[in-house]
Amino acid sequence: MSKIKAENVNVYYGSKQALFDVSIDIAEKEVTALIGPSGCGKSTFLRCLNRMNDVIEICRVEGSIKMDNLELNSRKLDVVRLRENVGMVFQKPNPFPKTIYENVAYGPTIHGIAQSKEEMDQIVETSLKKAALWNEVKDRLDEIGTGLSGGQQQRLCIARAISVSPEVILMDEPCSALDPIATAQIEELIDDLKKEVTIVIVTHSMSQAARVSQKTGFFHLGKLIEFGPTDKIFKNPDNQQTQDYITGRFG
Amino acid sequence: MNLILVTFIILLAFTSYYFGRKKALVIQSSQRLTALPKFYGYYLAAWCAAPALIIFALWSVFEPSIVKTFILQDYTDQNLTKNELQLIYTKVKALAAGTYTGNITNFLDGSANKYIQLKGIANSAKVAIILAILILSLSFAYRSVQKNDRMREPVEIFLKWVLFVASLGAVLVTIGIVFSLLFEAIRFFQAVKIFDFIFGTHWYPAKTFVRDGQPDPELMKDAFGAVPLFAGTFFIAFIAMCVAIPIGLLSGIYLSEYAGRGVRKYAKPIIEILAGIPTVVYGFFAALTVGPFVKEIGNAMGLEVSAESALAAGAVMGVMIIPFISSLSDDVITAVPQNLRDGSYAMGATKSETVKKVIFPAALPGIVGSILLAVSRAVGETMIVVMASGLAANLTMNPLESTSTITAQIVVILIGDQQFGDPKTQSAFALGISLFIVTLFLNVIALSVVKKYREKYE
Repeated sequence: MSKIKAENVNVYYGSKQALFDVSIDIAEKEVTALIGPSGCGKSTFLRCLNRMNDVIEICRVEGSIKMDNLELNSRKLDVVRLRENVGMVFQKPNPFPKTIYENVAYGPTIHGIAQSKEEMDQIVETSLKKAALWNEVKDRLDEIGTGLSGGQQQRLCIARAISVSPEVILMDEPCSALDPIATAQIEELIDDLKKEVTIVIVTHSMSQAARVSQKTGFFHLGKLIEFGPTDKIFKNPDNQQTQDYITGRFG
Repeated sequence: MNLILVTFIILLAFTSYYFGRKKALVIQSSQRLTALPKFYGYYLAAWCAAPALIIFALWSVFEPSIVKTFILQDYTDQNLTKNELQLIYTKVKALAAGTYTGNITNFLDGSANKYIQLKGIANSAKVAIILAILILSLSFAYRSVQKNDRMREPVEIFLKWVLFVASLGAVLVTIGIVFSLLFEAIRFFQAVKIFDFIFGTHWYPAKTFVRDGQPDPELMKDAFGAVPLFAGTFFIAFIAMCVAIPIGLLSGIYLSEYAGRGVRKYAKPIIEILAGIPTVVYGFFAALTVGPFVKEIGNAMGLEVSAESALAAGAVMGVMIIPFISSLSDDVITAVPQNLRDGSYAMGATKSETVKKVIFPAALPGIVGSILLAVSRAVGETMIVVMASGLAANLTMNPLESTSTITAQIVVILIGDQQFGDPKTQSAFALGISLFIVTLFLNVIALSVVKKYREKYE
């Protein structure tokens, strides 16, 4: 079942083209990994899916990206509603300099999801539980979120992202700033989350892509070279470039 | 003469730099250098210039007082006061320079000749000593260059001392100013009780003026109450901040978060031009344009408005401070990491929600710091108040009346003729030091707040 369908997406930064005719089908409640060497456009593509490229003044997106038949690349789109449905976790953990509670309550507050304090408490608790952070922070919810360790901060950011019950979560190299133990925790978390949400993850680590994803797309120089089931991409890719990258011959 | 001497020393230093560098290249052909050739040049130049210039400076400082002692020796038996001796010395100097017009006594003439003679000896001695020192230090330095001693360390140590002396100068000047303020203020407080100064509610120093002798202590008690001045200072600063904080802050937020690159490129320099306008220009703008305007509007509404109102001065001062706040808060807001913005936008927050809930709280300490710095500027501002808010120290909280500030009163006290020992003159120092303490206090708080903020993101 396709959740997001991108067709012929071209992205330009000023006069420089960053993505060339990318077409991809992202399946619902699966983990899709995007791999490729630095600067290949995988993050740029990810940021098209929640319109984060709007923040960059010189960035221009062409083509069609449909989520459940809703055109995302349209001026008429309600970006606030889109981002409520499509959460994002960034490369560097970026909790707000607020308390842990306020960090998780941020989304529900701005979208007016909770009707009462009790409901908000409930949302914060479930989100932190889903992010496997509850046991570590339940006694210090009023401490500043930036005081947590790197891995805890990243799980806090995941809790923040799932607090508004999004249908899709985008992860932009979520483990690149973390140590192996914290990485393992996040990967486990991704595995749990995919029961309820569609996840698109950009990663530099091919072993991570192999571990967590069901589908993998390989980007190179702004083009989607190959896209298919993770098993196939890693064991028996069709394309020679993919083969070279997977086996570590370049990138 | 002095000019020629200093020029000579400096030229010689330059020459020895090139000479030293060249010498290094010669040494290089036979042995390994201890540093780059230019260090040999620096070494020679430093040894050439530093000792000679130090001796020259010391000589220039001490020569006049030594000559003076010699001249005035002849007058010791006449039982003259210090002031009279000073007068005689001035006369002698004028006579020697040929600009004296009074009647010349033989004695005075003799002193003048002696003065010229002494000066001549001193000058020749100075030239001789400095030349000797140049020769000594240069030959010493040249010998160690020849021996190919280590060159880098002495040069680095020399530079360290040059920098140290520069900062020592700055610190000593500051300390000197603070102490001169303090001592004069203490003398003032011997005449006026500190309690009367801090808690008195009448400021009218002109009252204590008497032609001869000491003013009546009862009058003194009631003339130097600084409360109206402190109240006026903070009142006008308050009005200024009421204008400057909202406009400055909002424009800072606009420039950093909303403005496109094109707008920012032009708007920021334009706002900063405001900071470059001399305060005296703001002053007459306040006095000639805003003041009458406020009065007219007030009169039209049936209010009684003084032509020199606190409102006009405060408002114009506020305009003056806008760029201060807007530029500083723009900087601290821009310094908030981009990934916090991304995090907020990715949650579906709008721009204004992001500014209000994430960026502003994160930047708040820096913004508070910039506001405190702006307050201390407002408190210290003089020209606008002198020109636009009047000089009568009324104790009032009515913005439409005229009031006065600490700085404006210092101006009033020190323009025109004054006697130095007068409490009226000394009160300026007492006001100065209280102002200094207030602004110092504000600055210390502001800087520590800003520092704390920096630590949070590093």
